[in-house]
Order: sequence, then C-alpha cells, then structure tokens
Amino acid sequence: MEILDILISASFWAAAIRIATPLILATMGELICERAGVLNLGIEGIMVAGAFAGWMAVYSGTGLWVGVAVAMVVGMGFGLLHSVLTVPFGLSQHVVGLGVTLLATSSTYYAYRLALPQVTSPPKIAAFQPYEIPILSDIPLLGQALFSQTPFTYLAFALVAATSIVLYRTPLGLAVRAAGESPAAVAAQGLSVTAIRMGAVIVGSGFMAMGGAFLTMSAFDSFFFEMVNGRGWICIALVVFGSWMPGKALLGAVLFAAFDALQIRVQQTSFGADIPYQIFLMAPYILSIVALVLVSRRAQVPAALMVPFNKGER
Amino acid sequence: MRLEPIANPSLARSITPPAIAIIATVVIASLLAMIAGANPFSVLGLILKGAFGSQFALLETLNRATPLIFTGLAIAVAFKAKFWNIGAEAQLYAGALITVVLGTGALPWSGFALIPTLAIGAVLAGAVVLLVPAILKTRFGVDEVVTTLLFNFIFLLFISMLLEGPLKDPMGMGWPKSARLIAEGRLPRIFDGLRLHWGFALAILCALAVWVIQTRSTLGYEMRAVGLNREAAAFAGIPVNTVLVKTALLSGGLAALAGFSEVAGLKGSLTLDLSPGFGYTGIIVAMLALLNPLGVIVSALFVAGIFVGADSMSRAAGVPTYLADMMLATALLLMVLAIMLTRFRVVRD
Repeated sequence: MEILDILISASFWAAAIRIATPLILATMGELICERAGVLNLGIEGIMVAGAFAGWMAVYSGTGLWVGVAVAMVVGMGFGLLHSVLTVPFGLSQHVVGLGVTLLATSSTYYAYRLALPQVTSPPKIAAFQPYEIPILSDIPLLGQALFSQTPFTYLAFALVAATSIVLYRTPLGLAVRAAGESPAAVAAQGLSVTAIRMGAVIVGSGFMAMGGAFLTMSAFDSFFFEMVNGRGWICIALVVFGSWMPGKALLGAVLFAAFDALQIRVQQTSFGADIPYQIFLMAPYILSIVALVLVSRRAQVPAALMVPFNKGER
Repeated sequence: MRLEPIANPSLARSITPPAIAIIATVVIASLLAMIAGANPFSVLGLILKGAFGSQFALLETLNRATPLIFTGLAIAVAFKAKFWNIGAEAQLYAGALITVVLGTGALPWSGFALIPTLAIGAVLAGAVVLLVPAILKTRFGVDEVVTTLLFNFIFLLFISMLLEGPLKDPMGMGWPKSARLIAEGRLPRIFDGLRLHWGFALAILCALAVWVIQTRSTLGYEMRAVGLNREAAAFAGIPVNTVLVKTALLSGGLAALAGFSEVAGLKGSLTLDLSPGFGYTGIIVAMLALLNPLGVIVSALFVAGIFVGADSMSRAAGVPTYLADMMLATALLLMVLAIMLTRFRVVRD
C-alpha cells in the first residue's frame, strides 16, 4: 500500500524526471554516436569532465548558461580526440573509449586539485532553480512532475525532440543513420563518412558533458568525486534498451529513473528498513541487465556499429 | 586520408612510432607538471626515484605490480579473443571474497593444504562471476561490455553488504572489514626479511602458463582465430561460443587470483578499498603489453612503477597523484595509435 501511495504522489514523479534528466542527455549523446557507427565508451569520463567544467565555470563567475556551454565545449573536445582516433585511424573503439574515460576522469580530478588545493568540502554555486511554466504547471500530477522542473530539464526534453527531428526528417540525419548502417553507400553518394562520423561523435560527446553538468548545476550545487558513479554505463544500456531510437530511449531513461526514485523511497518505508540498503542500490544495475536480456534478441543494432570504414577497401 | 597496409614493415617503421609515443607521453607529463607549478625534470626524477630508487621503493613497486599482472593477464586473454571483459574488478573481489570465507577459520588445515585450496576456490569464484556475462552473450546476444561493467557496481555493493552483515569482523571496531585470515592461510614471503610474498611468484608463473596456452595449445589457437575473425573461425569449424565461454572462465579465474593474492599475501583481510581499480588498470597493462602474456609482466612493472613513483613524488613536489593516471591514459591512447602506424601507412587522397 505504501508503494501505491508513493506511485501516485506528484513529488515522486518530479524526482523521477529530475533523476532522468542527466541520463536523457547522455543517452541522446551516445545514441547519436552509435547511430553513426561509433561506440563511445568515453561517456563516463566525459560526463565527469562536463560536471566539473560547467560547475567550475559558474564558480569562477560566469552565468549558468555559459557554464552549460563550457561543459559542452569540453565534452566536444574529448569527442574530437575520440573521433580522430576511432574514425580516420580506425582504432579499437573499446580501447579508445576506455582510454578517453580514464583521461577525462583523471584530468578532471587533476584540474580540481590544482584549482582548489586547500578545500576540504567543495564550494557550492547558485544552481538552476525550478521554473514553473504558467498554466501547464497547474495540471494535477503532470504539472508538478513535468512543468515545475529547472530550465536545464526543459532543455534536455527539447534536445530529444531536436535529435529525433534531425535524425528522421533531415538529409543530415539520413546521412548520419546511413553512416551507421551502410557507410559504403554514403561514400558512393560523394559524402565523407569520416566527416559525418566525427561530427556525430563530437556533438554526441557535447550532449554527454551536458548530462554531467546537470548533476553539478541543477540536481546538486557542487562537484564531488565519484558523482557520476556509473551513470554513463547505464546510458549505454539505455541506448540498447531504446533500440537506438530517441523516443524509446527517453522512455527507458524515465522508467529507469522512476525505478531509482522508487527504491530510494521504499528504503524509507517500514518494509524497506529491514532490507540491507545495498540491495536497493544494486537494483537499478540489475534492472538494466535484465532489460538488456529482454530486448537484445530483437534489437535493431546499426549494421556498421564498431566497423571502421576505410575508403578504397571492399 | 586513408590507411594502406604495409606488407613488410622495416625495422625503423616498427620502432619509430612506439618510440615517439613514449617520448610524447613524457613531454605531456612534463607540461602537466609545469601547469601545476613544478619543475618537470625534478617531477620525473622523483617518480623514477620513488619507483625504483631504493630497495624499499622497488619492493613496493613489485608488490603493486603483482595484482596488475593477474588482472593484466585476465584482460589480455579475453581481449585476444575479442571478449571484452571490463569486469576484472568484480572478479578480483570474488576471489578475495572466497579467500576470506574459507580462510578465516572455516578450514582448520595446514598451510600446504589451505593455500592451494584458497587459490583454487578464488579461481572458481572469478570464473563463475564472468560466466554469467559470457552466457548472456553467447545465449542471448547481450553485449558483454555493458554487463561486465555493471557487474563491477553490483558486486562491490554485494561485498559491502556482506562486510556490514555476515562477514563483519566483530573485533573490527565497527569498520566494514572482514576477520583476518588464519596464519596458515597467509602467503609467506619469498625471501626472509624482504616484504615480497609468493603471490608475485605465482603471478609470473601464471604469465608463463598463459603464454604456453596461447602459443602451444589448441585452445590458444582457437582463441586467436575467434579474435581475428569470428565468422571465419565458425566457418572453419571452431565452436565459437564454447571458445568464448572457456576464454571467460580463464580470464575470470586469473582476475580472481589478484584478489586472492592481495588478501593472502598483503592485506590479510577484506575491505572495500582492497583494490584501487586494479581491474580497470589491468586494461592499460594488457594493451601496453600488446596482449602478450610475457609482456604483461614488463608493463605491469612499468604501470606499478608510475603509480608508486607518483605517490612519493606527490608528497615531495605537491603535484596531484592523478598525474599518474593521466600519464597512463595518454600512454595507452598514443601506444594503440603507434602500433597501428607500424603496420599501416597514412595516404592522402
């Protein structure tokens, strides 16, 4: 019964959308990369870098939106590195991705230690505040959940719509999808597979960094180590779960976040108090694996995912 | 631009790119040290001195290299067959878990019986932990990168649960740590008076064993064939899925030995900070060794040296220890690029 009460409360769904936002942003980023044929395992590290860069920019005096832009640019920088190594040079996307994660994470921590050598607890910034959209936020339940979030969350939803429109309704999107399905056909059209794939990885990495920045600039108001905590890897699972489609991936992220919000609340009920808290923390990861098993059989994997393209090779 | 394979690379072609990669890594590390306001030459000198400059430093490096040889071998074996095991961290903890479950008094045996039992138990535990992603991959087509990565988080929470529950040391003053191994379960030191345990010797032995398996056995041949081209291997009659499962068992077992050796040789009990990411660092060790099991020994010593050296450098020069991780990430990325350039030529259109 307690669980039912939780599920019909507006604050629960508001929390779910808040938890979903960084996942939505980073999942869109990964989806763009993979749709063009490149697996980007740099996601976890790029989220860490974005979380730090956006927060640090605001802490040093820029506006919040400038901070978001800074995070995005830093993410795109790591995306450039990843794409140079994996696209024209065709190196192993697994190894390069893990290398980029390690480089992004360690350089973030290095920069943090250099920028704030003396602090024991990280300073706070004035983070994004919730903005209630007039009229819409008065809708019962839905208004609280969807239309009383911070502007950063609205941006995330707008980017999902934009990604979907660009991928399915524009020549550019067609070229990106074709680069991931049949790069030889793209090259035969006189387009550069290299440029399309690199562009997708760079833009996608920018999205990932924004996902990280949401954590320090909207969900919380400061940066600490381990704060991304595997969210990037969850996003890779969400892309598969969403069958590489923006709408389904968005749904997956919200479902996952709802589950996460639920486990936090069940922990505090009388029933949850008897169960070790680690079980609750494990549940989202186990859920991800179960979801993968369920969808993997019929997943529409981009045919050229992880296949390097070298012109002149048949 | 496009890439053109070189039929017979010259000696210069094979040596120049890796050499440039190493030099570039050192140059980048120096620049990073300068950003931190330190003298790059003294920073690099301090790292070398801290890693290899005294008997104490050298032993510390060898001890740090031991778990890295095990995890490096685990990754090398798996990656050779293109089975992407990123979960060596979980398998390491599985090995450590079995070691403390059996070794803290449950089996009141002598060392000759107990130590091999603990090691074998650890190998089995690690193999079972990696068996799950392997079966999910071969039976359901679930990508092993995601499952092995997520397993790391699940397994660490599982260990945390046990350390705060049934495995909690009643004498531990409330800390989440296990009871200590009984004396018979501890790995003795190789030389009297020197802080180096038999886990290091076991690691070298494992490297030799893996080398023999890879170069002299049918399984090794099949693993290479599966890694080079899965379809071609299947066409040639190699049971690809069986080979992948065997690879996973071997890889998981090797990673688990890192956990066994850390508990039985060094720490004596299980805590949540047993491994500072040995499972992930194993990937760098394996890649820098070009997935060669004997090379893993050398690259583990190099990687361990950088970590140990950076620790002491950081105390002396005030440069954050994360410099070590940045150096290794840079070395990894530049080295995979360099290796490719020894076999391919970049041609402009």
